Amino acid sequence: MLIPVALLLGLIGLVAFLWALKSGQFDDLDGAAHRILFEDDDAPPPTKPSE
Amino acid sequence: MTARLCRHCGSEIPASLDGDFCCRGCEGAFALVQGLGLSGYYARRCVDPAARPMRPEEGAQAFHDVTAHIQLDDKGEASLNLMVEGIHCAACIWLIEALLSRQPGVTWARVNMTTRRLVVRWDPAITQAGELLAPVFQVGYRLVPFDPAKLGRETDRAEKELLRAMAVAGFAAGNVMLLSVSVWAGHFSYMGPATRDLMHWISALIVLPAVLYCVRPFARSAFAALRGGRTNMDVPITLGVTLASAMSLAETIRGGQHAYFDSAITLLFFLLIGRYLDSRARGRARSAAEHLLALDAVSVTVLAEDGSQKLVPPTQVTVGQTVLVAAGERIGVDGVVAQGVSDIDTSLITGESVPAAVGAGTRVFAGTVNLSAPLRLTVDAVGERTLLAEIVRMMEVAEQGRARYVALADRVARWYAPVVHVAALGTFLGWVFLGGIAWQVALLHAVAVLIITCPCALALAVPVVQVIASGRLLRQGILLKSATALERFAEVDRVVFDKTGTLTLGRPVLVQDDGWDGADLAAAAALAAASHHPLAKALVAAAPPGPVADGAREEPGRGMAAGPVRLGSRAWLGIADDDAAQGPELWLDRPGRPAVRFSFVDAPRPDGAEIVAALQARGLAVELLSGDREPTVRLLAARLGIADWRSGCTPAGKVARLEELKRHGHKVLMVGDGLNDAPALAAAYVSVSPSSAVDVSQTAADVVFQGERLAPVLETLAVAGVSRRLVLQNFALALGYNLFTVPMAVAGMVTPLIAAIAMSTSSLVVIGNALRLTRGRKA
Repeated sequence: MLIPVALLLGLIGLVAFLWALKSGQFDDLDGAAHRILFEDDDAPPPTKPSE
Repeated sequence: MTARLCRHCGSEIPASLDGDFCCRGCEGAFALVQGLGLSGYYARRCVDPAARPMRPEEGAQAFHDVTAHIQLDDKGEASLNLMVEGIHCAACIWLIEALLSRQPGVTWARVNMTTRRLVVRWDPAITQAGELLAPVFQVGYRLVPFDPAKLGRETDRAEKELLRAMAVAGFAAGNVMLLSVSVWAGHFSYMGPATRDLMHWISALIVLPAVLYCVRPFARSAFAALRGGRTNMDVPITLGVTLASAMSLAETIRGGQHAYFDSAITLLFFLLIGRYLDSRARGRARSAAEHLLALDAVSVTVLAEDGSQKLVPPTQVTVGQTVLVAAGERIGVDGVVAQGVSDIDTSLITGESVPAAVGAGTRVFAGTVNLSAPLRLTVDAVGERTLLAEIVRMMEVAEQGRARYVALADRVARWYAPVVHVAALGTFLGWVFLGGIAWQVALLHAVAVLIITCPCALALAVPVVQVIASGRLLRQGILLKSATALERFAEVDRVVFDKTGTLTLGRPVLVQDDGWDGADLAAAAALAAASHHPLAKALVAAAPPGPVADGAREEPGRGMAAGPVRLGSRAWLGIADDDAAQGPELWLDRPGRPAVRFSFVDAPRPDGAEIVAALQARGLAVELLSGDREPTVRLLAARLGIADWRSGCTPAGKVARLEELKRHGHKVLMVGDGLNDAPALAAAYVSVSPSSAVDVSQTAADVVFQGERLAPVLETLAVAGVSRRLVLQNFALALGYNLFTVPMAVAGMVTPLIAAIAMSTSSLVVIGNALRLTRGRKA
């Protein structure tokens, strides 16, 4: 049956979104848009999610 | 004349200086950035003229004591939350993060560009907070610590909850719609009851938990309203969604034909979108205000009896102490000049554009700026008792007095919600007693009424328009700080302007008259180049670049001298008063020649007259309230075509005038920038402030705009008018759709398919109508 497959895929998407939200990826939409343009010659400090 | 720009802060270099920098601080900062190999910053940044220039403050230790705000976690790591002032663009974020992460012991440094907040974590055993932050200060940013628990934690959490609920509702709605479409198709083809029931059961499995999770924001507000004996839009929403889910479950158990699972969850999804947009619009306004409030960080240099100097916050100064105020520094206390002669820029308090000369015995007020020479003050009022605090208090009172404005959507909801309840109840009772059918079926019809009337389109009508309107204004540098500002803007019938800094640019410009020639100007500019006085700067700006006069020295409160040549005030040069002289002026006196007069005016904003005319053409009465002297005000009013003006207004006088207008039923738009306008801004029906305004005024204003032109006032009025029209159209569309579908629901003819189609088309129509706002003018 395709219904469980469809549900599972949707559920994966939902969990991924909730995880992204929890780990602070939606906190600074403006900054994130620009960050990709920085070239970091040396590695940034080890990142960890904000609690 | 091409101005040379400082290589670090990008501001103009005074003509008296050689080299590439405007001050020593900038030179040091540039060397620091270069030394760390971060010079790529200068290539990629873009200077935002509206933001604070990146000029390091003299005395790098002049920053807040942050130790009280450091938080230690259980692993022994310290963290600090700071607000950053002076961020121009993304490159600034990169620079700050790079500066911090090169410090030993730093484990995490991140600037949030949206909220302009910095979080830094480090090992306190390796570095002290002061050393850690020093390079950021030296480069020219200002950091202010804050307590994250106090700033908007609550609303942040509420917003995240809405977003999570929206995600869950979206997931459930999407999947249930797949199943529902097959059920609907089954009505027309050959789906057996067993398959249909299976589909219904799967839908129930998805929707019921999702509804339980997503209805909470609405249910909470509905219960709060009911407990208060009121009803709001959330009551029919909560009732409709829960009843629809429960009835559908009952139908599924019975093996019935119709289930409203898809309607219930789609409704929640749409409503959550509206709610989230609404909260975002409010949140943006809120964070702007918070940012301004947190940045009141002046420190005062107190001179102790043993002659030592100490930097303390203004709250710790006591009356009778002696305070040192350097040239160029903002005064933090009220006091009397004990020693020293200087010029004081009082524009913040009085709105007057020309600095006042002060000497021993003159009273000076907190918030004014000491321009030319160091002063010693004897403190006679601090903190809450200063004139500055008095004005702020007046503003707060005016703000409370501002009639609590009820947003249009809430006013509609107030009468809409009872109507919905009555209609649903009427349907139920009507079918049971008049129609004589089973109460379960009657209840199903009542639920259909609730679903159909559910203010889905209504809930989207305002937020969508608002988000699009504020986005359009933001692209033109206009920031809406209050969620209801646009609605109030649309009702304005009178515009009141302040003069200095609002209708004018707030800085003097040399008048081209016949009293002087090019040689006079060059001679005067050579003297003036060594001064920071606004009139001297205006003189230099008007003259072609030339050398600085040898041995030029400043006589504070009087003027400039180099040998026998003097440039300065009329009184100092001993020239008799005459009536012709009006407005600010400088005199140049050279041996053997008659004295030459340079006069100045505070130039109006480039499009001032045009905007005033445009406002009058829209049928708005324009008025000018100024704290300045009468001749200056009369001149400007005549030039801009304003017939109604008042001069010499105190802050209280301005508020009184606004109250008087309010009593006469006028809805006043106040445009002002100075501290003396802040109470009036708070008292007005709606208020606008340029971004060059003082922080307090920006906090009091509903709308803040950037740039030298006044056109944003007109643009905001136009957008407000269009938004209002669109919102009203949206309401009409939503209600019109109800007029058509509610009778069908009452008659029991609405199947889940019809409900779904009606609901989504009405929402789409409302959103499509709102999108028309982006058309027309390309931003």
